[in-house]
Amino acid sequence: MGNYLKLIALGVITLFAAVAANWGRDAAYVLHAVIIMLLSGFLFLRVLRQTDEPTKTYATDGYMDDVIRAGVIATGFWGVVGFLVGVVIAFQLAFPQLNFEVLQPYGNFGRLRPLHTSAVIFAFGGNALIMSSFYIVQRTCGARLWGGNLAWFVFWGYNLFIVLAATGYLLGATQSKEYAEPEWYVDLWLTIVWVAFLVVFMGTIFKRREKHIYVANWFLLSFIVTVAMLHVINNISIPVSIWGSKSVQIFSGVQDAMTQWWYGHNAVGFFLTAGFLGMMYYFVPKQAGRPVFSYKLSIIHFWALIFLYIWAGPHHLHYTALPDWASTLGMVFSIILWMPSWGGMINGLMTLQGAWDKLRTDPIIRMMVISLAFYGMSTFEGPMMSIRAVNSLSHYTDWTIGHVHSGALGWNGMITFAAIYFLTPKLWGRAQMYSMSAINWHFWLATIGIILYAASMWVTGIMEGLMWREVDANGFLVNSFADTVSAKFPMYVVRGLGGVLYLTGALIMAWNMWMTIRGGAKVTAPVGVPAE
Amino acid sequence: MAKNPKITQPENDPNVSTLKDLPGEVPNELPHHTAFLNRHQILERSPTLLLVFSLLVVTIGGIVEIAPLFYLENTIEEVEGVRPYSPLELAGRDVYVREGCYVCHSQMIRPMRDEVERYGHYSLAAESMYDHPHQWGSKRTGPDLARVGGKYSDAWHVDHLIKPQSVVPESIMPGYAYLLDTPVNAEHTAELVATHRFVGVPYTDDMITVAAADTLAQADPDTDAYDDLLERYPGAQIRNFDGEPGVSEMDALIAYMQMLGTTVDFSTFTPDASR
Repeated sequence: MGNYLKLIALGVITLFAAVAANWGRDAAYVLHAVIIMLLSGFLFLRVLRQTDEPTKTYATDGYMDDVIRAGVIATGFWGVVGFLVGVVIAFQLAFPQLNFEVLQPYGNFGRLRPLHTSAVIFAFGGNALIMSSFYIVQRTCGARLWGGNLAWFVFWGYNLFIVLAATGYLLGATQSKEYAEPEWYVDLWLTIVWVAFLVVFMGTIFKRREKHIYVANWFLLSFIVTVAMLHVINNISIPVSIWGSKSVQIFSGVQDAMTQWWYGHNAVGFFLTAGFLGMMYYFVPKQAGRPVFSYKLSIIHFWALIFLYIWAGPHHLHYTALPDWASTLGMVFSIILWMPSWGGMINGLMTLQGAWDKLRTDPIIRMMVISLAFYGMSTFEGPMMSIRAVNSLSHYTDWTIGHVHSGALGWNGMITFAAIYFLTPKLWGRAQMYSMSAINWHFWLATIGIILYAASMWVTGIMEGLMWREVDANGFLVNSFADTVSAKFPMYVVRGLGGVLYLTGALIMAWNMWMTIRGGAKVTAPVGVPAE
Repeated sequence: MAKNPKITQPENDPNVSTLKDLPGEVPNELPHHTAFLNRHQILERSPTLLLVFSLLVVTIGGIVEIAPLFYLENTIEEVEGVRPYSPLELAGRDVYVREGCYVCHSQMIRPMRDEVERYGHYSLAAESMYDHPHQWGSKRTGPDLARVGGKYSDAWHVDHLIKPQSVVPESIMPGYAYLLDTPVNAEHTAELVATHRFVGVPYTDDMITVAAADTLAQADPDTDAYDDLLERYPGAQIRNFDGEPGVSEMDALIAYMQMLGTTVDFSTFTPDASR
């Protein structure tokens, strides 16, 4: 019976997508309709072949790790893609000839930059969060993922969202809201997938065999539910037509700007911070073999962090047409936010108490420590940049770009690499990664890459900020805008090289994952084994 | 390096619970000591409460910061001159959005000496009140464009968009020559304008009916609709922007840029000290 309903639904979707492909008004929409038509057509045939056949039974006694294995591979893959696009656009800024005329407009910086940010934040970071939250919630609840194949729906649905978003940017479908560029139907699809993610996660917590919900799950739960809220409210828009990708935002001007940065800053706060802190709270204690440093601190900094983060958005809008009261609120809360942020860093680093010696022998621990160090560094830099006087210099400059990357490459990247190195051998039944010295290489390449990146952006950011405001004795501006552009050239090359190092590290990781996975036998981990 | 003998290993650490402490349970948390922590257990043991509480906690900031912007009267200054975009300008704005211009160009001049000197009067909230969504931007890889209207000639813009380095040698901007060969499709303009009206932009029925015709008319200086167009969109610039026959996306983009920041009548503007 269920199969017949599925067949009807898939058939209707396939037909609708075929009609949409015919009537579509723009390239992105037509391509997406074709993708959806092929996909739902394929699923239709698959369900049809299974209908009225004896149902195969699958073992459902162990943890559901297949979907996590897929997630680990997807994380590695999208990481390499995202870093590669990043390196390309970094060099486009140094050498504009790389905006090749034959690729115009698809290969232009303006279309590739959203591709880079989305690939790194949502494809790499998002897959890392989904797969590790599936892993963590099972292990800390002593329960198999709730909902059966719903977890697979989340994985494939999320990756379909990424493909739709990425191809959309290249073909010009964007609503121009930073980090929320995908158009209306892609947003709707993500909402469905995200609700399924919440359902799987909550369902698993409900059937836990453990009385307490572990601290990592608090962070992951608040990340999932807050991102849902942010995504829905920031993307309210009215499609011009159901047959086209273009939509019109419901908010305008100052209200839209405030909503956008309420969203944008909390994409950082919840996607890239709360979610990744959830990962940190599981993987760091596991890898160090030590309990979380302070349970009390984790309670205080959890509630403080999620309460305060949401206020910090207006610091992106200092001195703009946003009323002063709002930007002052944003600044004050951003500075207070420094404390709960460092609470997380302290709790993570101090967990290594008694295991600091592992820093010399275990490159995975080393990655975790450097990621927490970068987390601490950028959560100090952030509040500092949110102070109006500092922001008046740093805003609109490369300093912001450097700040974002020390957080993203340093904190999110490094903790994800550590999680991948932790999970890959476990999930594929190997004692450890194929090459430990390759992890070491990865560590140093990535660290030096980040340092080149952050340092060059500090230099260009502060330099251009000072050059813009420089006036001579008679009160005339000293530099034309073009002067500041050419002055930044050497540092743009250094930044690109930093990116190359970081990408090289990720390629080494991909090779290491491949070699580890190729040799191992698949294992099903039993449910509820203590301390897993 | 040998293990530090001063630090207890987890198995001997009284703060770490083991299987023996909690028979029948899987330990993954420290035991609880205080009243505060005991109360927090209520949340820790109920997924529903944890979900509801964390959702409540994260909604507060947004409500306090966003909601007042919709009703506080001084959020958007009262000035004269701001008008909805003409259909051709709107088409140009869509090109601006599509190509990701906002990634490198802001449209928000801050009230600082150098910015006012370089770009003109600081931006008002009123100037983007019809921008769905806003294009304030967050980065100046290129200069601010909030008041670029009228600063350069149409011919300069055409040359610059075809090959930026031909007029600004230091520029690192990509070229957009293809806009010249891409005609503006006015088939669905009426729907686009109607959608903008739906979200609150004051377009009239009349404006929507003739939107497609207006799109083409604005790029034709000999148009019969010249006066009507000016009446509908006061101050609209009507000319062949790209110098080529036909209405290309180049026309649309330049029409948009040439009007940016030009509409406000600053003689009607009085700054509000407490905003």
